[in-house]
Amino acid sequence: MTRYVMVADLRRCVGCQACTAACKEANATPPGVQWRRVLDIEVGEYPDVKRVYVPTGCQHCADPPCMHVCPTTATRQRADGIVTIDYDLCIGCAYCAVACPYEARFKVDHPKFAFGEEASVSEQARFDEKKIGVATKCTFCVDRIDSGCAKGLVPGRDPDATPVCVNTCISGALAFGDIEDPDSNVSHLLAENKWFRMHEEAGTAPGFYYLWDKEAP
Amino acid sequence: MKQVVQAKLQRYWDLRAAGNFSFGGTGSGLIIAAALAFAVGAPALAVVVAIVLGLGLIGLGLFCVWLEIGRPWRAINVFFHPHTSWMTREALLVPPLMAAGAAAVLFDIRFVFLAALFAAGFLYCQARMLHASRGIPAWCQKETVPLILSTGVAEGIGLYLVIGLVIAAAPPAMIAAALLAAVLREAAREAYRRGVIAAKAPEGTLAWFSLREEKLLTAARYLAIALLALAFAGLVPAALGGLLVVATGWGLKVMLITRAAFMRGHTIQYTPARGRDSSHAVMPS
Repeated sequence: MTRYVMVADLRRCVGCQACTAACKEANATPPGVQWRRVLDIEVGEYPDVKRVYVPTGCQHCADPPCMHVCPTTATRQRADGIVTIDYDLCIGCAYCAVACPYEARFKVDHPKFAFGEEASVSEQARFDEKKIGVATKCTFCVDRIDSGCAKGLVPGRDPDATPVCVNTCISGALAFGDIEDPDSNVSHLLAENKWFRMHEEAGTAPGFYYLWDKEAP
Repeated sequence: MKQVVQAKLQRYWDLRAAGNFSFGGTGSGLIIAAALAFAVGAPALAVVVAIVLGLGLIGLGLFCVWLEIGRPWRAINVFFHPHTSWMTREALLVPPLMAAGAAAVLFDIRFVFLAALFAAGFLYCQARMLHASRGIPAWCQKETVPLILSTGVAEGIGLYLVIGLVIAAAPPAMIAAALLAAVLREAAREAYRRGVIAAKAPEGTLAWFSLREEKLLTAARYLAIALLALAFAGLVPAALGGLLVVATGWGLKVMLITRAAFMRGHTIQYTPARGRDSSHAVMPS
């Protein structure tokens, strides 16, 4: 079995938002919609304050509440763990958005463009009517994974089969791969480091791991 | 170390969604009240009017949702996921509920009991819909289910008392039922408040309880209970208390959907160990 997950090394992330920009470019998301985000979180109290950059987005949970609540079956989970949305089935009720503990879902009811009412040439070329009035979210660049795998490439190792946010990360903070494969990069990272997942208490078993320290030798 | 969690108010469901929970809750509660009224010997005309009005309110609530969804012309897809989706289950109960209600009005009033059964199912689905929203701590509390159930039933019986003012005075048993439902609703609301506080819901959700509007609503709910008690003693018209029960129920649901519904916010458990610095466990403030 394959289970694709994302690993974010909080020690390495510098909050440059390159992943955010790459995601936006790759998926042509409208203004206000960011499938990949990097949060700037402040922790502690003066004078002991720390700033932590936290990449986030759809966590492709093993037990996704968005899928369970979806009344149309538009939200589904593939065998490799990736949670997808069928834009032709979705009715845009946004139930998935309120069921998601990670604020990962977006819904745009009317076309929005970066420079006012009119779409720029590039926006016009990439505008997708199907994404209006329905829920959208990070797909782990599922098209790249599928086309890459079809060419015999390995997601997480070969850039052409890997999500663009991971490819773009300047510090190697983001990693992607198959957690079921003991030799994958993500399996090694999780074995060698201490990690946590966000909102474990929600029982969603998210597929997004945050590294924060080395595992004790 | 502590992290200030910046939980945001959800903006996906607005007054239109609140309309579904308000009108749908009252409508289904009213059909349950109609069955109760029929059982205690209320006039058939009042029961029929209650059924028609109840079905109309449920339809109005669903129309509100239809106005809210992004792709209204494919709303039929809502029926596709009964395995796990409470929204689908709610939608699936509407056709048999409407049919049973129509049968009670057109053929045999005793079908009201069947309609009440479907109405109870509809109301339960509404409650579970909110409970399944794991992104909103104010909704996914287990106490949300009794709160929504008791609110719907109280509103329904309350509205029946208003109908009684126009058509035929509601039997004392219905006034007693309204009083009991209003008290149970208050108990459910208090249990909900305690549950939300114990679960350390986001600051914005907790702030709901001290909003001026919520304090006014709470006072109005207590006033409704007092009016119903006085009505039971024959001192004031029962419709007055009933109307206030309905109005406060709608107010409670509008607040719950649009004002208290803060997302969880993003939290981290540890700060990263950078350079020579060590990591720290992080607690939400």
